[in-house]
Amino acid sequence: MFSFFIISLGVFAQEGKIEMADELRSSGKIYVVVAVMTLLFVSFIVYLFTIDKRLKKIEK
Amino acid sequence: MYKNWWKILASILVLYTVIGGLLIQVPELPILHESIRNLYFHVPMWFAMIVVYLVSVIYSIKYLNSGNENHDLIAVESVNTGIVFGFIGLASGMIWANYTWGSPWPNDPKLNSAAISTLMYLAYIVLRSSIEEEQKRAKISAIYNIFAFPAMVVLLFILPRLTDSLHPGNGGNPGFGTYDLDRNMRFVFYPAVLGWILISVWIMTIRYRIRLIENKQNQID
Repeated sequence: MFSFFIISLGVFAQEGKIEMADELRSSGKIYVVVAVMTLLFVSFIVYLFTIDKRLKKIEK
Repeated sequence: MYKNWWKILASILVLYTVIGGLLIQVPELPILHESIRNLYFHVPMWFAMIVVYLVSVIYSIKYLNSGNENHDLIAVESVNTGIVFGFIGLASGMIWANYTWGSPWPNDPKLNSAAISTLMYLAYIVLRSSIEEEQKRAKISAIYNIFAFPAMVVLLFILPRLTDSLHPGNGGNPGFGTYDLDRNMRFVFYPAVLGWILISVWIMTIRYRIRLIENKQNQID
């Protein structure tokens, strides 16, 4: 019972510091991902709007 | 332009969630780590799918009432759009599951029922293409659709809750409870859901308008 407690304590100690992308953020490179995803999404939306416009022309 | 305000709203909402979803602080949780941000992109796919399927049933019922062919066309194109969002939801979920649950397809009730409901809507497409006569096709597929929608709701929201599931909010406690979703995350998650729903409806209307033109051309020929 006691040894189980020790083991579980060790597990908790390991989980104490949860690894997040702190390093990625501190080196500032997360903004590269933000830029790429923004570009992708903006192009997708612009594409949708142009399809919409072309359709409107054909409808007339 | 005044009719397009909701398309612009959808663009702004999703653009905000792309940027905010990557930068705004998220709770630090074991196993999930930064992958918790997938919530902003994976879950809205399912919301969008359910909403276009809902539009589809509504127009199927309307078709049975009115016999207006255009209502039938909206129902088909809604299902076509919903299937795309369903597949994106399945694929993005598989990537996420691979890194957090250890396998792309763990035997989770929610995954299996999501797959079944997608197959059910694929069957709708197969059913349609198997009937030559137009009015018969529209009528039978509308009735099928009315049965498929509640079955999909049961498969996605009721059956997984009755057993244990890896998805949060299943196997007991309901999802999106106050202690389930971090307050910071709500500010990104809800706009993401609304934005993607609007985008799916937008894609559906584009498909419908193309279908209308095709339909007119077929009748002239």
